[in-house]
Amino acid sequence: MARQGRSASGHRLQRGELIDSLDEIIRIEGGQVLATLIRLTGDMDIAEDALHDAVVVAADVWRRDGTPDKPGAWLTTVARNKALDRLRREAKRQPKEAEAFRLLTEPADVGDTSGDNRDDRLRLMFTCCHPALSPESQVALSLRIICGLSTVDIARVFVVPEATIGQRISRAKAKIAKAHIPYRVPEPHELPDRLRPVLATVYAVFTAGHHAPVGELDARVDLADEGIRLSRVLVELMPDEGECVGLLALTLATNARRRARLDSNGEIVLLADQDRSLWDTAAIAEASALVESVLRRGRPGAYQIQAAIACLHGSAPSYADTDLAQIAELYGLLERRWPTPIVRVNRAVAVAEVEGPRAGLDLLAELVGTPIERWHLYWSARADFQRRLGIYNEAADSYLHALECPSNDSDRRLLLRRLSEVRGEGAVRP
Amino acid sequence: MPRYAALIYGTEPTPEDMSDSGKWDKIMQEYFNFGEAAAGVIGGGEALQPVSTATTIQVMGGAKGGDVVTTDGPFAETKETLGGFYLLDCKDLDEAISWAAQIPGAWHGKVEVRPVIDFSGAS
Repeated sequence: MARQGRSASGHRLQRGELIDSLDEIIRIEGGQVLATLIRLTGDMDIAEDALHDAVVVAADVWRRDGTPDKPGAWLTTVARNKALDRLRREAKRQPKEAEAFRLLTEPADVGDTSGDNRDDRLRLMFTCCHPALSPESQVALSLRIICGLSTVDIARVFVVPEATIGQRISRAKAKIAKAHIPYRVPEPHELPDRLRPVLATVYAVFTAGHHAPVGELDARVDLADEGIRLSRVLVELMPDEGECVGLLALTLATNARRRARLDSNGEIVLLADQDRSLWDTAAIAEASALVESVLRRGRPGAYQIQAAIACLHGSAPSYADTDLAQIAELYGLLERRWPTPIVRVNRAVAVAEVEGPRAGLDLLAELVGTPIERWHLYWSARADFQRRLGIYNEAADSYLHALECPSNDSDRRLLLRRLSEVRGEGAVRP
Repeated sequence: MPRYAALIYGTEPTPEDMSDSGKWDKIMQEYFNFGEAAAGVIGGGEALQPVSTATTIQVMGGAKGGDVVTTDGPFAETKETLGGFYLLDCKDLDEAISWAAQIPGAWHGKVEVRPVIDFSGAS
C-alpha cells in the first residue's frame, strides 16, 4: 500500500499523484534548477548528478511532508547540499572536483541574482551555443541541458541515431570543461556573433514544442512556452537586436493559433479550416506591433520576415481574405536570404496557393533526391499538390513516403486519412 | 589559471616573400606589437623553422624498442603548416580567443587554440 503525504494545499497525495506532480515540477522547474546548479558548481555533470540526487530525496520527503511551497528553491537547496557532500568527499582526489567545491563554497557566488546574473538559463544558453561548439552540438546540448529533453527525444527531433546524440552531448560537455568555455552572457560588442546560434537554438526549442517530434502534436507545448519565454528574455537583454524582436514576434504569432490546431477528437485542423475565434488575438496583436516596429528599422532578417508572414495569417479575418500573394512574395525574400530546403518547401506551399499546385510542384523539383526527403512535410506538400492536380496514384505514393519518415502521431493520422482519401479518389477515377 | 596553446598555421613564406623586406618587416612589426600587447598573458612560445627542416619519427610495432622509421618532412603534407605557437594564460576560452584573434597569424593564416592539460593538481 502506498504511503500517503500532504500537498501544500493540505490534501493527501496518493503515490501516483505524487509522481505526476513531481514529474510536472521537474518539467517546469528542472531547467532553472539545473542552470543555477551549473552556475554554482561550474560543471554540468556534477550539476546533473546533484539534481538527480535531489529528485530521489524529493520523492521520499514530499510524500511524507507534502510538496513544498517553492519546489524549485527546495530542489536547488537540496541539490546544492548533495553536490557539496559529493565534492567534499572527492575534492582531495580530483582537481575538477576541487575547483567545483571552491565555487560552491564561495559565498559571493551563491544566490547572486544581481545585474548580469538575472537569468542563469540565459547565461547557460550562451555557453551551450558557444561558437567553439559545432551547430549540431549546440542545439543538442541546449535541448538536453536547458530544456531537459532525453537523448531519445532529441534523436527523434534530428532524425539521427540516439548514440550519435549521446556522443555529441558528451563531447560538447567535455569540450566546455576542458577548454574552459565560460558560463556568462557575452559583452555587448561580442553579441552580434554570439547571438545567431542562440536564436537558432531558441527557435529549435520552440519548434520542438509547437510541433512535438514524438507522441501527440501538443505533447510538448511546455517547450513552446519555454521558447517564447527565452525569446522574451533575449529581447529584454538585447532590445536593439532586430532578430531577437523578430523571433519573439514569430513565436508569439505562431503559438497564437495553438488552440485551433486540434479538433475535439484531437485531430489536426489545417490553417484554412481553423476556427479563428479560438486564436489568441492578444498575442497576435502583440506580435504584429513588434513586427511593425522592428521592420521600420530597415534590417529585415529571417526571423522578422517569418514573423511578418505569421502575422499576415494571424490578422486575416478568414483564409479567403488572407493576403496570400504578399505571403508568397515574403517567402521569396526569405529564400534569397536563407536558402534552405525547408524554406523552399514552405515557399512552394505559399506559391501554390497563388499560382496553383503545378507551380508548387515545379518548385520542389530540384529537391528530389536530397536529404530533405527524410522530412515528412516535404512529402505531404508534394502529395497535396499531386492530389490537387488529380494525379491520385502519385499522391498516394507521396503520402506513403511521408509515412516512412519520422513524425508525431497526430501528423501520422492526418497522413493516413489523406492517403485513404486519395486512394478512394484513385479508385473512383482511374 | 587555464593555459592555452595558440598554434599558428599558414602558408610558408616563399623566397620572394623573404626578399621583399618591406612586407617581411611589416609582419615582424605586427608580431612585435602583439608580443607587447599580450605580454601579460604570454607564458611562452616559439617560432619554428620551415617544414622543409622537419623530420617525422615513428617507432614501429606499437611498443617501445621497435624499429625507428625516420621520414623527411612534416607529419602531414598540407598547404598550411604549423609555423609557431604561443602559450597563453587566460581565465577562459573567450579570453584566449580574443587574444588569439590578435596574433598576426590569424589574418595571414589561421590560429588553432588548444587547452593545455594541467597536471599540477593530479595525484
